[in-house]
Amino acid sequence: MEVVDGNAPLKIADFNIRARLFVGTGKYLRDGAPDYELMRAALDASGCEVVTVAVRRERLYDKQGRSLLDFLDLQRYTILPNTAGCFSADDAIRAARLGRELLEGLKNPGARWVKLEVLGDKQTLLPDPMETLRAAETLLKEDFIVLAYANDDPILCQRLKAAGCASVMPLGSPIGSGQGVLNPNNIRIILEQLKGNDPDYPVIVDAGVGTASDVTIAMELGADGVLLNTGIAGARDPVAMAHAMRHAVEAGYLAFRAGRIPRKLYATA
Amino acid sequence: MQVTVNGESREMPDGASVADLVAQFDLTPERVAVEVNERLVRRATYRETALREGDRVEIVTLVGGG
Repeated sequence: MEVVDGNAPLKIADFNIRARLFVGTGKYLRDGAPDYELMRAALDASGCEVVTVAVRRERLYDKQGRSLLDFLDLQRYTILPNTAGCFSADDAIRAARLGRELLEGLKNPGARWVKLEVLGDKQTLLPDPMETLRAAETLLKEDFIVLAYANDDPILCQRLKAAGCASVMPLGSPIGSGQGVLNPNNIRIILEQLKGNDPDYPVIVDAGVGTASDVTIAMELGADGVLLNTGIAGARDPVAMAHAMRHAVEAGYLAFRAGRIPRKLYATA
Repeated sequence: MQVTVNGESREMPDGASVADLVAQFDLTPERVAVEVNERLVRRATYRETALREGDRVEIVTLVGGG
């Protein structure tokens, strides 16, 4: 019998990650300005090892002359740079190269990987599947470890895996929508198709989770991890929600491995 | 010569390099990355990369994101 360990490491390419909750650094705001202290406290409470960041030209420094980097312990966290805000493969490729350059300069191991995110439109922020695949192919040729944010579309997820992405990250629901896992059947199909003959292939549910139970559901479906940002940053008490999310990932991970009882219509004595 | 930096026009002496431009801002070099005309300029090549009239320069850093 396999020993069930809530902290068994997740392998993505040659990264070994013990915390299966990946947390974003955006949207921590107070009076319209970034609240980096709150972000730092929430990251700490979440227990995460991997934190996502974006590459942007706006605000080289905030109004008080502070940078996100003053508040991120680069010895502690592996930074996962994303290509957020990109609506074409070409823009995403540029953002990925900039992220790598930045993290190489900061000597963070996250220089070698990228969360590829190519969006289709500003209202839904849904991924553009064709541009995502095109960008992935180019970045893989440039030796990036690509974690691809994707629609909850089994065929697209298959194609991204076949292209060589180290992980595919289907959405639970649109970014920041807090709707949870809207199509658990698609996530099940994705997990079965990507992991059926390759159980160690990492599939991470990314985006849309609103509260702890959403995270647990994603993990109970068999996801290898959850990536979220707004679910914590947008909560009334982000630090408390970060604690909740940390436990939610662990609960779902353990429950999936423990094996739920079958649903029955009638009572069983 | 005129170059555009993060969307804003800026006057630079002829023959200026990317290193000269970056030095004009109060920036920690490890915390920024630079593109000229949408192409990444590696940090090690700032000094040898000459700017030209009309170049579009982007100086970016890491910001919060999900």
